[in-house]
Amino acid sequence: MDRIKDKIALITGGSRGIGRAVAMKLAGAGAVTYINYRTNEEAARDTLRRITDGGGKGKLTRFDVARFEETREAIAAIVNETGSLDILVNNAGVTIDGMFARVREEHWDAVMGTNLKGTFNCCRTAARQMMKQRWGRIVNMTSVVAETGNAGQACYSASKAGIIGLTKSLARELGPRDITVNAVAPGFIDTDMTLSMTDEMRNSIIEQIPLERTGTPEDVAGVVAFLISGAADYITGQVIRVNGGIYM
Amino acid sequence: MTTDIEKQVKEIIIEQLSVTEEECVLEAAIGDDLGADSLDIVELVMAMEDTFDLEISDEDLAGIRTVKDIVEYIKEKS
Repeated sequence: MDRIKDKIALITGGSRGIGRAVAMKLAGAGAVTYINYRTNEEAARDTLRRITDGGGKGKLTRFDVARFEETREAIAAIVNETGSLDILVNNAGVTIDGMFARVREEHWDAVMGTNLKGTFNCCRTAARQMMKQRWGRIVNMTSVVAETGNAGQACYSASKAGIIGLTKSLARELGPRDITVNAVAPGFIDTDMTLSMTDEMRNSIIEQIPLERTGTPEDVAGVVAFLISGAADYITGQVIRVNGGIYM
Repeated sequence: MTTDIEKQVKEIIIEQLSVTEEECVLEAAIGDDLGADSLDIVELVMAMEDTFDLEISDEDLAGIRTVKDIVEYIKEKS
């Protein structure tokens, strides 16, 4: 992890959950960590405080990944300030669940906009900078449901599956510039996104997990950290599943 | 003015593609003669766009093959 000391990292959706854990992990290893958030400023500040309390370096950057120009400007500002963008973790994600026959067009647009287009927007701007640098590490957050599907999560699953195609294509294109692009597919992780589950639902899911527990944000953050470390220099275009065995 | 553009274009090409001044003649084809792969071409276009503050569309790009094509294109757009 020494390798990322003083490298510039951007984590989208870094205010809570998996994003927060990733931000703290990277900052803990010495990266200058830019924490992106859209609305939850309080949580974002809390994340930053935890980082600086631990002796790490970070900054907040508010922008909506679903907006191409806003994203482009925000990333340009980071590069202007620091001279580079070395690590990009596309973690910002939303879900709007519901039975498909009742899904509204705006639900699809909103979920696709943040999850898939948001990942595109960030990668598109970051790619140019990383190509100039001839070095970069991109990690995109997909999901177990991208590969298994999930009733009630058609929009979310589709957006996360799209991220896999994007990841692999970018890995192929940007490989010659020493830029690795990988995806992490978390399973059932304890965050705000999965909070509103009944005990009954939670238990029925745990019954399907060989490791007999839900995952923590730190379980996922550890894998993200590995992928940007020197130990993963020969890994690109892969989907690393972090799901306790619920899907193999 | 016009010789400036030719000089600037050649400088960018020489740097981006790591070729020599001797190799970078007007008639040289970017791909076939100077060995640019698809990534090189993207980066070359990006560098031209940044330096001359213009946008090169995919349609326009299709008509560009040699160093001379690039020089003429930029002279036209400037």
